Amino acid sequence: MRFARIDQSLVARWWWTIDRWNLGALGVLLVCGIVLSLSASPAVALRLHLGALYFVKRQMVTAPLALAIMIWVSLLSPRWIRRIAVIGFVISLVALALTFVIGVEIKGSRRWIDFAGLSLQPSEFIKPTFAIVAAWLFAEQKQRPNFPGNAISVILFAAIIAMTIMQPDIGMTVVIAAVWFSQFFMTGLRLYWAAVGTFGGLAGLAGAYFWVPHVTVRVNHFLDPALGDSYQVNRSLEAFAHGGIWGTGPGEGTIKNVLPDAHADFVFAVAGEEFGLIACLAIVALFAFIVLRGLSRLMQENNLFVLLGASGLLIQFGLQAVINMASTVHLIPTKGMTLPFLSYGGSSMLALALGMGMVLALTRRRLGGDQL
Amino acid sequence: MLSAQRQDENPCRPRHFKPPPCAPVVTDSEASARLETCRMRLLFSAAAFVLIFVVIGLRLVDIALIPGAAAEPHIARVAPPPPVPARADIVDRNGRLLATMIDSPNLYADTRQIIDPREATRALLTVLPQLDAAKVYAALTSGKTFVYLQRHLTPRQQYDINRLGIPGFEFEPGTRRFYPLGDLAAHVVGYTDIDDNGRAGLEYDLNEELKNRSQPLQLSLDSRVQFVLRDELQKVVNNFTAKGAAGIVMNVRTGEIVAMVSLPDFDPNHPGAAERDVEPGHVNQAMFDKATLGDYELGSVMKIFNTAMVLDDGVSSMTSEYDASHSIHIGRFTISDYHGKHRWLSVPEIFIYSSNIGSAREALAAGAERQKAFLTRLGLLTPPKIQLHDVAMPHYPKDWREINVMTIAYGHGIAISPLACITGVAAIINGGILRPATLLKVPPGTDPPGVRVISARTSEEMRKLMRLVVEYGTARFAETPGYVVGGKTGTAEKNKHGRYELTTLVSTFVGAFPMNDPQYAVLALVDEPHGNKESHGYATAGWTVVPATGRIIERIAPLLGVAPVDESSPAIEQSLQISSLQGKRIEAY
Repeated sequence: MRFARIDQSLVARWWWTIDRWNLGALGVLLVCGIVLSLSASPAVALRLHLGALYFVKRQMVTAPLALAIMIWVSLLSPRWIRRIAVIGFVISLVALALTFVIGVEIKGSRRWIDFAGLSLQPSEFIKPTFAIVAAWLFAEQKQRPNFPGNAISVILFAAIIAMTIMQPDIGMTVVIAAVWFSQFFMTGLRLYWAAVGTFGGLAGLAGAYFWVPHVTVRVNHFLDPALGDSYQVNRSLEAFAHGGIWGTGPGEGTIKNVLPDAHADFVFAVAGEEFGLIACLAIVALFAFIVLRGLSRLMQENNLFVLLGASGLLIQFGLQAVINMASTVHLIPTKGMTLPFLSYGGSSMLALALGMGMVLALTRRRLGGDQL
Repeated sequence: MLSAQRQDENPCRPRHFKPPPCAPVVTDSEASARLETCRMRLLFSAAAFVLIFVVIGLRLVDIALIPGAAAEPHIARVAPPPPVPARADIVDRNGRLLATMIDSPNLYADTRQIIDPREATRALLTVLPQLDAAKVYAALTSGKTFVYLQRHLTPRQQYDINRLGIPGFEFEPGTRRFYPLGDLAAHVVGYTDIDDNGRAGLEYDLNEELKNRSQPLQLSLDSRVQFVLRDELQKVVNNFTAKGAAGIVMNVRTGEIVAMVSLPDFDPNHPGAAERDVEPGHVNQAMFDKATLGDYELGSVMKIFNTAMVLDDGVSSMTSEYDASHSIHIGRFTISDYHGKHRWLSVPEIFIYSSNIGSAREALAAGAERQKAFLTRLGLLTPPKIQLHDVAMPHYPKDWREINVMTIAYGHGIAISPLACITGVAAIINGGILRPATLLKVPPGTDPPGVRVISARTSEEMRKLMRLVVEYGTARFAETPGYVVGGKTGTAEKNKHGRYELTTLVSTFVGAFPMNDPQYAVLALVDEPHGNKESHGYATAGWTVVPATGRIIERIAPLLGVAPVDESSPAIEQSLQISSLQGKRIEAY
């Protein structure tokens, strides 16, 4: 693509100001997602009697749609980002509340609502929009100390996590809480309160262990593999060991055939088996690159709202990636969390596209430095 | 720039929110300090991410490359199911394969891949014409991912089906039991069902052992001897249009069965074919093992036991004589001789001329108790012990009356299996030690335990008497130069529905060789033979199984390593001489 520097059209301005490295990295991630869905999903699809390419076809539709959403969102100005985020947040919040009324129960929790033939998971869209809303509220509080931004964000946060805990969706709760808390922390939260918050988070996790039965089971299995029935994660580790350095080659994996969630939460294990350690390290490096480049670009940012919003979204993205990868390699108990852009999952991918589109929009170079 | 003015210019300020006139003002320095804190803490997050990504990377290296290290406790490898040990082979005493496992894939269909079920059915039937087209079509249109079409294909069939090139026809690895020698030892070895479980013969009786052992099971059978025995018996069956035949070759020193045949027989590779030919309610002649499960009144063959009894128990000596000048009338029965001499006969004469009257008188002299005890001692009143469970229960009278004593003496009123008979005869001639018959090879040099049933002296006398039967008696056609054959014939009328029928015979010969030092006993029995021109219309043992046994011995003795000797050598003449008969002329039978 070639644009003259002096070209003032929308696209040309976008091209010169966007973080092209991260845009490229995200594009590579989307392509990897399609390649991995070809590797991982046919086995699962056949098990579910859906036709070998069922998930691949859906991924082929979702991925370009995600790219389109990401680019469209990245064209917007920060002000528009905030507007969209607020509107999206309100809709998602209502939808989230509605899951308790008209929700569809899948695998023991009510997270989805049927909308125009699509199963949508409102909590996925809460994540990026709430990050922006919270960033705005924190920034506003700092700009004008008598604006009750912190208080509002605390109330909203409490309402959201109350609902995600009730669903129950512990993974989602952890991510939303961690993002919100790091944003709060970055606004200059006193270390005393930071310690209280950290302690509260840990207490919450402990509470989940004691009161949410499936969390108890998963943590127990993590701590003591002898308890048995750690089937998925054992197959997952086996897949990495089977793959070795170079992998078995595309389509040559065998353990993916017995890995129930090969196309979704355990897609990283399929990458390990078929493409080997090298490809896995490359994927880790790709995620690290996106997160760290995004954060480093924010180090030059002078606007608090942009700083908080974009870092919240990046932390959310990075957190999801590391939680998924860490549970796939059995560093933490298994947690239902998709690997951004690589796992199959419509809601998750579209929501992440929205989030990363916002990151790209907010990290665009703006003339005038701190001005929006 | 004034800070108030600056704040008003803040584009992120909600439009409806108008700052109050004296709103607290955030100064430049405060704002930049806060941004600084924010960046510092952002750096903290970034550092945390770097750490986590590095940990994940190291963990990846760990689990992908060091399977024995940290990953080990967690990687609960699916323990592959222990390989199902293939059913052990069965080999003969020389290691020749009698039963083995061969690869035989099963054909199944993944019907979702079948493009045109009608065409696929038509094509498959060109290779497997025995299949039912309607059933195959129904299976192919069932929509299932796994439907068996045919189990146990031959490699040829698999090749042909592959050549059809029809997607959806798949092969599942499988094995099946194969009997390379076919019907040669069908009754002994038996056969298995489709899941490789024994259904008959040793396959059934040693099923668990065959499933679990790693070494081939070695039988006492010698497939070469088995072949000769079967071949000669088949000739007898053909020449005399008989219903069937049975034969056994036994090592008299160890009890090992070297060959055992029952005719007609069947191909254990296709046992179903033999089963199908049977009319309901009829005994399956092919499946029925006459050698072990058949119960026959063996006639004069039983005089071996009668004579041994009177000699061993001291009732008579070789010189005792009995009145055989008249038939015996008892109740409605008459006991007479075929070729009566109408005079008193000595014990050897009674045996050689096969006198029923003399035998009956011998038995009477011994008495019922002695007779019963002697037969029990020889194991003839209980089923013979062998690895097969399918052995005949002997038939004998419940009330052992005088008439029974007399008929049992010459082999009527008692029915035993050929296996029981040859086991008893082996004990009579081997020096007097009864050893159970076995189908498993006895390692050379070992001496299987046995029970003494008669004295060595009686055994020696019996050997001499049996030799005379071949030299001068009813079994002259069994004479085989160099092998010093001895034996006893028996031709019995079959008892059908309580009546003896003159035309349906069971002709038997039990012989052994070499009689100066017996090694092998041979039993040959033919069921319902019919006389032919060559035999001048006779179907008696002397014309049917006796010549066959002569040929059998002639053919198997070299295989069994029995060296021929010169019968006229003084040493052998002397060892078989009966002093009481010295100088007497033995009349031709």
